[in-house]
Amino acid sequence: MIGIEHYLVVSSILFVMGVLGIFLNRKNVIIILMAIELILLAVNINLVAFSVFLGDLTGQIFAMFVLTVAAGEAAIGLAILVIYFRGRGTIAVDDVNRMKG
Amino acid sequence: MIQLVSFYIFASIVIASAAMVIFARNPVHSVLWLIVAFFNAAGLMILIGAEFIAMLLVIVYVGAVAVLFLFVVMMLDIDFAELRAGFVKNVPLGLLLAVVLAAELVLGIGAYQAGAVTLGTPEAGAATVSAAVPNIEAIGGLLYSKYVFMFETAGLILLVAMVGAIVLTHRKSHGTRGQSISSQVQRRPEEATRNVNQPVGQGIEL
Repeated sequence: MIGIEHYLVVSSILFVMGVLGIFLNRKNVIIILMAIELILLAVNINLVAFSVFLGDLTGQIFAMFVLTVAAGEAAIGLAILVIYFRGRGTIAVDDVNRMKG
Repeated sequence: MIQLVSFYIFASIVIASAAMVIFARNPVHSVLWLIVAFFNAAGLMILIGAEFIAMLLVIVYVGAVAVLFLFVVMMLDIDFAELRAGFVKNVPLGLLLAVVLAAELVLGIGAYQAGAVTLGTPEAGAATVSAAVPNIEAIGGLLYSKYVFMFETAGLILLVAMVGAIVLTHRKSHGTRGQSISSQVQRRPEEATRNVNQPVGQGIEL
């Protein structure tokens, strides 16, 4: 039978894939944003799995909030990406030093 | 048996498409693989009876976020070949880090499976799952009672994200004449019109 360990393994592999994606595509900010979505998906799978296997609905409510924040983050991130592209003509983010931070 | 088979189908497709997201050469393909990953993650969640989150994943992620990604990827004129220049250089460090992270996570899961960790049982209350109530009904009941303020805060976050995205990307257009509401409202009859007692036969001054 499927246990919580199956889901934990899937979500941890997904999480590692997301982190690997951030490292491999250091220049392409679109892929970085997608990798963050993968990480958040892994978190959601974890929350839902624990919620179901513990018999407590709170995890699913929190998965919903994670989803909300992920949607907002994608919208803001892509908006920043669009204005960055307008100003620079590229989206290579490995040498961003506009704000001299 | 059918649960196990479908679990392995969903899980393997999720992981394979996640790999394709980060390894695909073309970002448009990456977005499409991301959609596949979301669909199969929704399948994984349906498998354990969390239908509402699964449907939300399909509607919000595939319907909104992935389409937004696709829109931006296709709208911007980007030289993607140039962006992949450092890919091979980053592979060793990235793989090393991923392997270390995966080993840590597997270690944690193994330790959990060994039985050393005892998970608490949820206290009986509003959040407890009962077989009689459908998933969506139970989530709705909990969301609109115990978590109503967090629900409203989520709405506020979405509002801020929407306003922020519009403020960031909105461009003032210079070619068109906009309407200045404040000067329209401030206009008084005294400064816009005048009464002239016009003598007959002298013409009018405009």
